[in-house]
Amino acid sequence: MNTGLRLIAIVALAAVLAACARDVRDEPVAPTAPGSSTTTQTDRIDARDFSDARNLENPDSLLSQRVIYFEFDRSDVRAQFRPIIDAHAAYLSANPSARVSLESHADERGSREYNLGLGERRGNAVRALLEAAGASADQIEVVSYGEERPVCRESENNCWERNRRVEIVYTAR
Amino acid sequence: MTVSKGYPLLKKVIGMAFLASMLSLPMLASAQLRIEIVDGVEGAIPIAVVPFDWQSQAQPPATGVADIVGADLARTGLFEPLSTDLMIERPTSPTTVGFGAWRLVGVDYVVVGRVIDAPNGPGQEIEYHLLDVNTERSLLSQAMPVRPGDLRFASHRVADAIYEALMGVPGAFATRIAYVVVKNVGTDDEVFELIIADADGFNPQAVVRNSEPIMSPSWSPDGRQIAYVSFATGRSNVIVQDLFTGQNRVVSSSRGINGAPAWSPDGRQLAVSLSRGGSPDIWTIDLETNERRQLTDHWSINTEPAWSKDGSELFFTSDRAGRPQIYQMRADGSDMERVTFEGEYNSRASIGLDDRYLATVHSQGDNDFRIAIYDRKNERLRVLSDGRMDESPSFAPNGSMILYARRDNGRGVLAAVSADGRVRQRLVNSEGDVREPAWSPLLR
Repeated sequence: MNTGLRLIAIVALAAVLAACARDVRDEPVAPTAPGSSTTTQTDRIDARDFSDARNLENPDSLLSQRVIYFEFDRSDVRAQFRPIIDAHAAYLSANPSARVSLESHADERGSREYNLGLGERRGNAVRALLEAAGASADQIEVVSYGEERPVCRESENNCWERNRRVEIVYTAR
Repeated sequence: MTVSKGYPLLKKVIGMAFLASMLSLPMLASAQLRIEIVDGVEGAIPIAVVPFDWQSQAQPPATGVADIVGADLARTGLFEPLSTDLMIERPTSPTTVGFGAWRLVGVDYVVVGRVIDAPNGPGQEIEYHLLDVNTERSLLSQAMPVRPGDLRFASHRVADAIYEALMGVPGAFATRIAYVVVKNVGTDDEVFELIIADADGFNPQAVVRNSEPIMSPSWSPDGRQIAYVSFATGRSNVIVQDLFTGQNRVVSSSRGINGAPAWSPDGRQLAVSLSRGGSPDIWTIDLETNERRQLTDHWSINTEPAWSKDGSELFFTSDRAGRPQIYQMRADGSDMERVTFEGEYNSRASIGLDDRYLATVHSQGDNDFRIAIYDRKNERLRVLSDGRMDESPSFAPNGSMILYARRDNGRGVLAAVSADGRVRQRLVNSEGDVREPAWSPLLR
């Protein structure tokens, strides 16, 4: 590969990653166009170095994204969230003492105990992908809260989408 | 006319009165529920509960026995108590009841009585008589003992006896309800409370309070203990709490989910849902030996166990066929079969009298979740409630009503519907988000 092609590939990759870097905690939609600002505070941090703990707080890094959203009554992880999971798997793999709690949630529809099970199923799906991508089992705990900890409380689709989620919470970095 | 004193009843009543007075000691008062009738029955039975004569040396209460009894009967929607203002005479003994006058105002039954000091020892006695206006005969004459400070609960017992004499099934007035209330919802001060109140919403007491979620209260069959799910440790645990001593213990804290406790009818076991094996399965825990037994073993979600009245069978929710439906099995896990087929979603069964009726959280596949009742005998399912997010059905111990949780204007409230769908009540709480009601067993 010549230098020009390599540069194009890197720019393209950066664009994709920047696209993924939107804060999904506020808006559970597929990552779209990149924001206008790109690299201001990343002069010394490589946002794609997923072994670097500083990227956990770096808004330009996928590691700063910690929420995976799900469809109703489903627990399969949609393709657009795979890069986030892969980034955290890389971090966990590179930092064996790091630990995460996968706090798993359901929307309010249906019965509460069933939703506890549904939340856990989502957490387990994220756990399986983290492990498949290099994290080890003893780094991951799944805690399902079912519908008991909503982030949004209206009985409508927009709200339900935001509540059907797994939050990746670092209990040790 | 003589006042009959049935000794078995007397003993029973004293036992409960003792428990009732104990219950109020170690707990914290909380905001009260108010029950409103939304829909009653055409042709409710007209009855006059005449104010009782207060002959005790103690200070008379603000709300008299007759008011409590009348309100209990009215709340069922099956009775229409005559307003005190419309009573042309106020007899307090059966010999002074002028039946002709009551017939004229269209009353079918008259209740009269008095409250006297207990002949032996502290407390009082409620002497009361239920009279049939048309036959001019007494249907019931009893003396109900009252422990000091326990007049409300004794009055509910009077209402229970009247209900049973006229309806043929026991009343459920002298019972309690448990529910979860969340205060300061969505703020940093969010707090979950497990509340126990009388069945009419009076005397609410917070028995557990935590900033982490509380779920799924389940009564022990003797009404002395409550099992529930607590996230106080940051993970789900099943806790058993003694309502009288306030003592509690962790019954299950395995890896994963520890949820959906359901007390066996003999009081010896809890059925629970545990995901220690990777997905939620139904287990039983022997409360004395702590021995655990796994009843289901399937990759699907298996939860919300509910015992048959004789304890030989368990109903539960499983999505092994794709969506949640009710299944049943023998209490040893054998002979499993699917129970519900109608609708996309049926979960969290509550079992009615004789195990014939199951109340479920039901959806046809739209976004609406309602309470349905499934008749196992005729294999018919009927939707009873009309909300969009109705859940947590709980049968009254006499099978007459189903208490459930609904959302009104974004707020969790409790409601009740009669098993035939004709009578509707709304329970209004002044503060917080109310959810997960559980009706106590009949208290003996």
